[in-house]
Amino acid sequence: MAWTLPTALFFSAIALVLLVLGVAQRHWPTVARRGFLPLATTRGDRFFISLLTAALIHLGWLAVTDLPVPGASALALFAGAVIMAKG
Amino acid sequence: MRTKPERQAAWLMVLPVVLVVAFSGVVPLMTVVNYSVQDILDVDTRFFVGFDWYRDALRDVRLHEALWRQLVFSFTALAIELPLGILVARCLPRQGRAASLLLVLCAIPLLVPLNVVGTIWQIFARGDIGMLGAAINGLGIDYNYTREPLHAWMTLVAMDVWHWTSLVVLLGFAGLSSIPPAYYQAADLDGAGRWQVFRHVELPHLRAVLLIAVLLRLMDSLMIYTEPFVLTGGGPGNTTTFLSQHLATIAVGQFDLGPAAAFSVIYFLLILLLCWLFHTLVVAGAERDDA
Amino acid sequence: MRSPGLASRLVVAGYSLYLLLPLYWLLAMALKSNRDIVSRLEWIPSSPTLANFAEIFSNPVWLDGFVNSLAYVAINTALSVAVALPAAYAFSRYRFLGDKHLFFWLLTNRMSPPAVFLLPFFQLYSALGLFDTPWAVALAHCLFTVPLAVWILEGFMSGIPRDIDDMARVDGHSLPSFFFRIFLPALRGGIGVTVFFCFMFSWVELLLARTLTGSEAKPIVVVMTRTVSASGLDWGVLAAAGVLTVLPGVVVVWFVRKHLVRGFALGRV
Repeated sequence: MAWTLPTALFFSAIALVLLVLGVAQRHWPTVARRGFLPLATTRGDRFFISLLTAALIHLGWLAVTDLPVPGASALALFAGAVIMAKG
Repeated sequence: MRTKPERQAAWLMVLPVVLVVAFSGVVPLMTVVNYSVQDILDVDTRFFVGFDWYRDALRDVRLHEALWRQLVFSFTALAIELPLGILVARCLPRQGRAASLLLVLCAIPLLVPLNVVGTIWQIFARGDIGMLGAAINGLGIDYNYTREPLHAWMTLVAMDVWHWTSLVVLLGFAGLSSIPPAYYQAADLDGAGRWQVFRHVELPHLRAVLLIAVLLRLMDSLMIYTEPFVLTGGGPGNTTTFLSQHLATIAVGQFDLGPAAAFSVIYFLLILLLCWLFHTLVVAGAERDDA
Repeated sequence: MRSPGLASRLVVAGYSLYLLLPLYWLLAMALKSNRDIVSRLEWIPSSPTLANFAEIFSNPVWLDGFVNSLAYVAINTALSVAVALPAAYAFSRYRFLGDKHLFFWLLTNRMSPPAVFLLPFFQLYSALGLFDTPWAVALAHCLFTVPLAVWILEGFMSGIPRDIDDMARVDGHSLPSFFFRIFLPALRGGIGVTVFFCFMFSWVELLLARTLTGSEAKPIVVVMTRTVSASGLDWGVLAAAGVLTVLPGVVVVWFVRKHLVRGFALGRV
């Protein structure tokens, strides 16, 4: 599968978060709620939306600027935190 | 409606599906992501290049053109297929032998192998041996879809409409069949005209199936490959090269693993985004119907 | 229920004509010799011949192509329905951790463009030694037929009242016994529709089927495209092969025609 260290870390991180979310769901079940997003979301929904947003932020960054990519990552992390907390 | 009981053991029943789809979906997808960050000369000679391929792909003019063509094509096809499909569905007889014969007829284009769809339209539309091509030329119009981009486009759209409108017809027919006759009688008593019946009785019942029709047609249209490949080969020039064909050219034609993989990931994210938006709409609609 | 008026009849007639004309032309071409096709344009074949079909049935490449295609379609359909049945039951009867997300994830696989998976499939199946066997194509097609099968079956199962499950439990049926003796027979129509759609998607697909096969397991759709490029276009034989690939679909749709509308009513295809 042509693994590299960065992609391996990336997929492990996602797997880990999924595991944590699964365990959390067993012990502290989430209820769908309305935040600033125009639909009711659970914790898992918000995580998915954060991931998708992060991917789009990175693609947009790469498309329009030559600034270093970690800038996009910081922006994505911030957006993800906002969505997880308030979405 | 009773709520379903919670039972974690149900995971065991889902497990086979998860394993099969993980094997045929997740493993390849992770492989694509791995490829997309490397320059791959052969199996053992690989270099990590970070996001370079993504940057190239996102700024590639040919990709922008293919994406633009893809969107124009998909929306044109949808704009014809949806209204036409609903019109035909409304006009079909609801019961009897004629109804089932017509439904089977409608289903036939859906079951023609994709390359045969291309072949059928090729021999139908060619000026020298095709019925359509010869007929149009007979009218004094110089029609040649292998030379004129506009003709190629019109032929492709006609082919897609031929191929897929039936899906909307079948979905629409199924949706209309689910309307209780009492609704029509009530509308008759109120003296509602045809348009009002459609607007206030049929359309609300069709909303759910229509959303599904848009979802399916949009997604399938965005991945169209074989039919234009057979009919026009992406030409004349590149004028009918859509996303999948552009990708297949890089991947299989030139065997550029890294760039093809980066493009694949971008393509996949686009599809995922659209799929999620529509799925959310469909689910929200279904919940409102239940309530 | 109002009876269809003249305008409706005209719309249906016009649409039917639109569907039928290209198909008619395919059939007409299949019944002409290549010389007739190229030399003059006839709306109705004046000297119909079955030579094109004879050519196909006497040539092992074409026949093998048909057998290969049917092999992977059959494997794929059987596998899809077998794994999808318990999963669809779980989705329709229980809530469990992550069920909604799992369902959505399955759906995204149905929507993904096959071109995205082209390269890894090729590498993966080569590495496993499955390249150029019906299994490679069958497993690759599972990517969209399995989610589809789960989706359709779940819809049909949710239409079967849960009281049936409860009554069977009271009668002392175990889950497997209930599933095979009572539930599956009640689900016949749904399984028919599922088979129809698995068949349909696997039968019509070309891109993956072409990439994952070489000379041994070459499917009929690939034989067609390669013949075109190799032998300088024998339109008659090509059209005859086209007619033959349409036939299995017509047969399958005829068998499930009664259940088809219900399948579409669920809006799950």
